[in-house]
Amino acid sequence: MRSVETSGWIMKDPADPASLADGGAAPGAAPFLRIRNLTKRFGSFTALRDIALDVRRGEFVCFLGPSGCGKTTLLRAIAGLDLQDVGTIEIQGRDVSILPPAARDFGIVFQSYALFPNLTVNANVGYGLVNQRRSRPEIAARVQELLELVGLPDQGHKYPLQLSGGQQQRVALARALATSPGLLLLDEPLSALDARVRLRLRDEIKRLQRRLGVTTIMVTHDQEEALAMADRIVVMNHGVIEQVGTPLEVYRKPATAFVADFVGTMTFLEAEVAEGASVRLGDVAIEAPAAVQFRKGARVRVGFRPEEVKVRNLESGTANRIEVRVALLDFLGAFCRARLELVGTEKIAILADFSANLMRDLAVCEGQTLAIALPPESLHVFAKE
Amino acid sequence: MTTATVSHEGALPSRLRLGDAVIARAGVALLVIWLTLTIALPLWALLSKSFQDSDGTYVGVANYIRYFSTPTLFGSIFNSLWVALVTAAIVLPLAFGYAYALTRSRLPFKGLFYALALLPLFAPSLLSAMSLIYLFGNQGLLKGLLFDGEIYGARGIVAAQVFYCFPHALVILVTALAMADARLYEVAEALGTKKRRIFWTVTLPGAKYGLINAAFVVFTLAITDFGIAKVIGGQFNVLATDAYKQVVGQQNFEMGAVVGMVLLVPAVLAFVVDRMVQRRQVALLSARAVPLEPKVDRARDALFALYCLLVGGLIAGVLSVAVWASFITYWPYNLTLTLRNYAFGTFDPEGWSSYFNSLIMASMVAVFGTAIVFTGAYLIEKTKAAPGGRTLAHLLAMLPMAVPGLVLGLGYVFFVNAGWNPLNVFYGTMVVLVVNTIAHFYTVSHVTALTALKQIDPEFESVSASLKVPFWRTFSRVTVPICMPAVLDIAVYLFVNALTTVSAVIFLYGPATKLASVAIVNMDEMGASAAAAGMATMIVVTALLAKLLHLVADRLLLGRLQAWRRR
Repeated sequence: MRSVETSGWIMKDPADPASLADGGAAPGAAPFLRIRNLTKRFGSFTALRDIALDVRRGEFVCFLGPSGCGKTTLLRAIAGLDLQDVGTIEIQGRDVSILPPAARDFGIVFQSYALFPNLTVNANVGYGLVNQRRSRPEIAARVQELLELVGLPDQGHKYPLQLSGGQQQRVALARALATSPGLLLLDEPLSALDARVRLRLRDEIKRLQRRLGVTTIMVTHDQEEALAMADRIVVMNHGVIEQVGTPLEVYRKPATAFVADFVGTMTFLEAEVAEGASVRLGDVAIEAPAAVQFRKGARVRVGFRPEEVKVRNLESGTANRIEVRVALLDFLGAFCRARLELVGTEKIAILADFSANLMRDLAVCEGQTLAIALPPESLHVFAKE
Repeated sequence: MTTATVSHEGALPSRLRLGDAVIARAGVALLVIWLTLTIALPLWALLSKSFQDSDGTYVGVANYIRYFSTPTLFGSIFNSLWVALVTAAIVLPLAFGYAYALTRSRLPFKGLFYALALLPLFAPSLLSAMSLIYLFGNQGLLKGLLFDGEIYGARGIVAAQVFYCFPHALVILVTALAMADARLYEVAEALGTKKRRIFWTVTLPGAKYGLINAAFVVFTLAITDFGIAKVIGGQFNVLATDAYKQVVGQQNFEMGAVVGMVLLVPAVLAFVVDRMVQRRQVALLSARAVPLEPKVDRARDALFALYCLLVGGLIAGVLSVAVWASFITYWPYNLTLTLRNYAFGTFDPEGWSSYFNSLIMASMVAVFGTAIVFTGAYLIEKTKAAPGGRTLAHLLAMLPMAVPGLVLGLGYVFFVNAGWNPLNVFYGTMVVLVVNTIAHFYTVSHVTALTALKQIDPEFESVSASLKVPFWRTFSRVTVPICMPAVLDIAVYLFVNALTTVSAVIFLYGPATKLASVAIVNMDEMGASAAAAGMATMIVVTALLAKLLHLVADRLLLGRLQAWRRR
């Protein structure tokens, strides 16, 4: 699993809770949220397996993973909506493991908005304030303040169904923030919106979170969303945490083949570890510093991202230079994604991104033979499962 | 900007924190106790009674042996089965044609035709039997049309059952046929399929589960109905009248219990088989289905109009015979109109008071029944308290569907009347009538409430918990207002059925609490059939008024209160 610790990046080991604590904050500062040994089963299905996680105050954390990976279950356990079978949850040092949701101090936004359709926007936003025995003008002022915050200052008299999806989600956000919760939980808040609205709201939520400094956890299956919004990403699969790290760490130094595959695109090639930090792809020897941690002869998977494939400025001495044939070109606007096949061994295919510039300069076309290089430091080596 | 700085944690009174879960759990517990008391225990009382002698000593299956060795008793089983099967065989194709006309043609005045066919829902079942007697009975207006035949007996029962069961089947079939995906028909036509083949390969399979469901509903209604067989059955014995005779006529409670148990068997079997079949049904209609719009076809529409005119007219016509007869001086010899038959006091000592008793009973059933059913359904569907308790409550709530009213009524007789039961002070009171009627019609109301609740976003409770608002406030402020149409549906359903039901309450009324539907049976028994018809007319008029009020309320009142539904 720990295959990428060869360069300057230091990966945290997900299995070791101590290394997760405060990932870089002032040492000794207690985390805002502290989860230990969390396990949740639905019948024979284990949704969460011994989860440990710390979240710092003011941090924006994304739970990222495919559907069924346990990310929503984890969020609902933190909220107290579905209690875990085993494990503890502490918020600001207070053990809330078995407390009902109302005793936990959080605001929540759902994919379905869950706005009360028979109440006006004002009444929806003020719903939790009414219970706090605040005076009517006080509530009205607070509601107005929140609606301005989410950019809907004069929609308060409308009913939810009269608003667009994006507007409804803003109202839901205002409602969740109304009681000034210490923790904001977002359960796929953008998934029900169309692409354009999603992009805009994504930026707004991020800005709002920065401005208010509220500790935020968002569940998403969209890696692009997670990369763009999160301070730290928690990548999950099959009920366990695969990796915790900043977007850059998760993208550049994926801890496992799953993370590498799920976040961004990666070509995986079957290989065998050879002498001196190199691997063999069929007949071709490839220099890969990351291979040193494997014993000679081990079966491994070598991975690299399409944008790392080098085409320009190749010299005869460039490492990992190989001859390929352009099998297929997909035009994707700003760039082309090419499917390249190793000359001589058609079974080995490589994905590469060619910029529009490069396409023009080299006049790349399907069927053409090309020399490329796979920069050794960009190669990831994973154990074969 | 105070958002980040002001934190309200701990600002809430601590009693709110545990309150939610505790109150939800207490609610579920109360619901389970209520349903056990009003549904499970009476049935248990019936079951145990059938294994006891008149002194309450356990005698094993002795009563059953006696039952099955008495040909006059167990012969009723075949009579009941025969009548129910023939009724289902007649009603199903008739109702299917009518439903097809309402959903798949461009029939004019669809609403009117639908309403015509639904009329029997607003009358006690025995009204159609009374009408048939006025037409074909010993002094029937059209007796000659029957040649040598008699209306009293099996054929009269079947004929009256057909009228009574028709709307029940129709409602199910209209729902089944209304759900159609136009794209399937377009594909079939594009492939050059003949109309007949489209009907057999697309239409009928689509309505299959509706047809099966309707068949079981009609069968159960027909085999368990008491009023029709009582009025027009003559010497033809069926299970429902046997139970009545054993208990009310001969005070033979053990044998009544056995008959009740026997009656329970086909009803429960039908219920279980229907459930098993329906479970295999998958949603045929995806969200992207295109609703089917019938094309213009004048010949077809004319044919269907004729058919509906005939069937709908027959239903309305036959029912109105009894209404008409209630205003007749001396049927069939002096057909001048009179109001004398409405002076109920001259035919029955309780007179008009039974009508007002019915009105009070039905109103109480509507108010308390709706409150209990809807709150119960909410606790079951929306809270997370006591999962085992909620499952049990749901099972108990589904039970009355399989229990004929007569059987439940018998169960109440044995349960409430038992000497050991402190609840026996309620015997013969309005309380027991109301509670029994709520239990009798619990399932349909419960399912209606559940369906409405399932359409509400499941996260409302999560959101209010996160906002520290207790669930019962969200219940009253959001859930109930959203579900108002369903709540009104339940209330009207309970009101109308409480007015028209005979089967359960016939064992349970007391001297001061006689109901209109019971008065009809009594007056008819005494030969005062015109007065009985008059009382039945009063019930029909009241039930129709309630429905009319419901429609107006739905249109006007809710239109204003539910402005939020408009986009």
